[in-house]
Amino acid sequence: MKITRRRFVQGGVAAFTVTFAAPEFLSDLARAQGARARNFVVLYLSGGNDALSLLIPYNDPFYRSRRPTLAVPAANVLQVGTDASRVALGLHPRLTGLKQIFDQGRLALIQRTGYPNQSRSHFQGTDIWSTANPANSSGLGWVGRYLDSLPSPVDSLVGWNTTSSLPHVLQAGHVAVPAIPNPAGYAFNSPNSGAEARAERTAAVRLASRVPINQPELALVTSSAQAALATLDRVATVATYNGTVTYPANNGFAQALKAVAGAMVRGIGTKIFYVTTGGFDNHSGQNVNAANGTYFNLMATLNDGLMAFYTDLSNQGLLTDTLVLTFSEFGRRITENGSNGTDHGAASVMLALGGAVNGGLYGTAPSLNPEPGNPTLENSGADVAFQTDFRSVYARVIDQWLGADSGTILGGDFRTPSLAFV
Amino acid sequence: MALAVDPQIEHLLRRAGFGARADEIKALGLYSVAQAVESLLDFEAIPDDVDAHIGEPGYAGMTTAGGFSPQSRIADARQRWLFRMVHSNRPLQEKMTLFWHNHFATGYTKINGLIGAAEATRYMAAKASEDPGQVRGQIEMLRDLALANFEDILVNIAKDTAMLFWLDGRTNTRAQPQENFGREIMELFTVGVGHYTEADVYAAARVFTGWNLARPGAVADGSQRYEFAYLANQHETGAKTFSFPIYADGNRTIPARPAANGMQDGLDLIAALARSPETARYLAAKLYRFFVSEAGDVSGAFVDRVAAMYLRTRGEMKPVIREVLLSPEFWSPASYFARYSWPVEFVVRAVKDVGWTGFSLGDTLAPLSNMGQTLFDPPDVAGWDLGQSWFSTGAMLARMNFASALAANQRFRLATAAKPYAQTSDALLSWALDALVTKPLDSSGRAELANYMVATGAWTGADAQLQAKVPGLVHLIAGSAEYQLI
Repeated sequence: MKITRRRFVQGGVAAFTVTFAAPEFLSDLARAQGARARNFVVLYLSGGNDALSLLIPYNDPFYRSRRPTLAVPAANVLQVGTDASRVALGLHPRLTGLKQIFDQGRLALIQRTGYPNQSRSHFQGTDIWSTANPANSSGLGWVGRYLDSLPSPVDSLVGWNTTSSLPHVLQAGHVAVPAIPNPAGYAFNSPNSGAEARAERTAAVRLASRVPINQPELALVTSSAQAALATLDRVATVATYNGTVTYPANNGFAQALKAVAGAMVRGIGTKIFYVTTGGFDNHSGQNVNAANGTYFNLMATLNDGLMAFYTDLSNQGLLTDTLVLTFSEFGRRITENGSNGTDHGAASVMLALGGAVNGGLYGTAPSLNPEPGNPTLENSGADVAFQTDFRSVYARVIDQWLGADSGTILGGDFRTPSLAFV
Repeated sequence: MALAVDPQIEHLLRRAGFGARADEIKALGLYSVAQAVESLLDFEAIPDDVDAHIGEPGYAGMTTAGGFSPQSRIADARQRWLFRMVHSNRPLQEKMTLFWHNHFATGYTKINGLIGAAEATRYMAAKASEDPGQVRGQIEMLRDLALANFEDILVNIAKDTAMLFWLDGRTNTRAQPQENFGREIMELFTVGVGHYTEADVYAAARVFTGWNLARPGAVADGSQRYEFAYLANQHETGAKTFSFPIYADGNRTIPARPAANGMQDGLDLIAALARSPETARYLAAKLYRFFVSEAGDVSGAFVDRVAAMYLRTRGEMKPVIREVLLSPEFWSPASYFARYSWPVEFVVRAVKDVGWTGFSLGDTLAPLSNMGQTLFDPPDVAGWDLGQSWFSTGAMLARMNFASALAANQRFRLATAAKPYAQTSDALLSWALDALVTKPLDSSGRAELANYMVATGAWTGADAQLQAKVPGLVHLIAGSAEYQLI
């Protein structure tokens, strides 16, 4: 599946927008597009998040019997009420910030999201969630297809990927999303200084502005260099952003969110952001309960990063313009394995967070009773069955937040009116 | 037979090695193409003495934090491997080791989290000859078996200490089988997605119960170690049925066996996977992308031929790679510069082209991380995202900035080397483009470089001008899009 990802290169990526740009602070285009920005932050929880440890059906007797070491004691969960099936639910005890956001009505928890015959493979699963296409997961990413749908010319900073390589979800046919893991390191160096260095930069910009004909591999590399050189100066303004709150220093996820907030505050024109936090593939030693246990720490990273971001945006007056949506390749097996961990499972939980979110519990929790015929489980009662097709969540975001047509971008009608989280 | 010409040797060494030092071009220039391929394949005829040159003058340097210790400090292990890529006279061995590292992608960081930095480095990188317990790290094993039999490589990987930590095999027990390794050996190491079922994953997990670790040796002399052991009391003895044939007669069931003999379950499954036609095709396609081309579709004819060779030789990698390197697809003009370089390929080739005297390989580690590739630490068990995924804007900037740092480091050597060609700026440009071979530049690309040569003043060829312009030019060429393709 890794190999097929490059397939779209054949179609010719040479169509990337090329502006022969003298470096400038902010292009008119970016200004125009930034004027009424709705920011969308895609957050990937890498490795397969254990939904049952994030949003916990703490009164389900089978939760405890099937997870003798991993179950969170009922007294410790952060209660968020009961869902439509009257199952009492609680957040993981470390998610104190998300609990506050939930109480403010700005966090939606969408239960049992997935798709039929869900893949248990990390890689195929991630590809499917990224393309929104379970039948053929080698094409462009769904957010990439949205970017392709924007009227051209598209500003070269319309998207910002905070990781070092392009995630599948952002792969587009015509729009290159810059990878800017650290705005401070996003600069053009030279072995020389002064006029010599300026001459080098001019030459580099001109070299990167050539458009190779019928050489898609070369065109891709050229366009990447061109996009980098065209955006350096705007990105440099973000490097100096400190935020109105302290983003935890030892939390790379939080630092990435700081850059995202900085890009929004500086108004450099970016609308689409990609962030990730990993380590969720807990086959052994998942340690949900102990402070500094593996999963406990994962929740700390997630909570502290999102809470700093949420508070900062709130202080900056940007909260109502911002939507964060999470995904992960699968949920995990209900019964814990012999290594105090969980193996790959099926349906999961998605989080949507932001100033315009209609918070609350969406969908219904599974019953963890492994009896045959329990409709909320699959795989002989081993895994959680999906209830809400993840593409209907994407459809809501595309139609209601991004202002595009979900039918076109998803290749089908997945609209679900009851899923009014935004 | 006609002798190989330089462009052929360079193509061969970009793919079957990490670019060409002048002495490598000279050595292979005595051969025909077929002989050159054979000399790369037959690397065991060439002494494996590269490590002995570490620290010697005339070779790339290292930056260590108190004594070079590649068996216990991962930054040193990374530099040792990069040193081999630059200086080895067995380039194909290093190249195949990198291929296997990506194929059986095992990450240092997780193992470090489980057993600490020194031990994690040991199981990834130690040489048996330098370890008090004769531990052979995973990459050393893959290096030893670079062109061995694929089934042997699989057996060694299944028993590899780092792998038993990485994919949790050590916690796969009879009471509760654990699927991580059982899944990935089918999905990523052999047949690939679509050629096994979820039920096969559960069965494979049970098959490998008991494939675990023991802790022999003594603390006092440093020989205490984790080492593969088959733990019969952890093995689940029941029969295991698969959706594909396990035995030559088509039987799909590994029979119930007494626990004492249960290790044979795993050997039977590995043999079945190694001999599967799906594995042959999966590897052939991956080899096409690695050695031949990332442009267009994988050639079906190539896959047919290479897979057939694989099956005929029962997975002997040497004849398989010979088939790859002598294939018409490999030598097609369309395959030249049709592969995106991996960051380590780019960095090592740039060092070979630009120079290494007075350069420390320690100064490649942070740039490599910014380019998206840290040796011994692939992002996950599927390996690195290859091809176009290497070329995000941030990673491209990191490549350009590495070219800048290397050119600055080699400023005086470059200026001296260029001096005989400094009569005109154009002669100097031709020299530089000969030293740093790229996918051919179009006329406007060459014109931009020619403009750069005189952008800050008329050409004089004076030393001061050479010391500024030659590093600047090398930076622009090594940082160009054309140079990133190999």
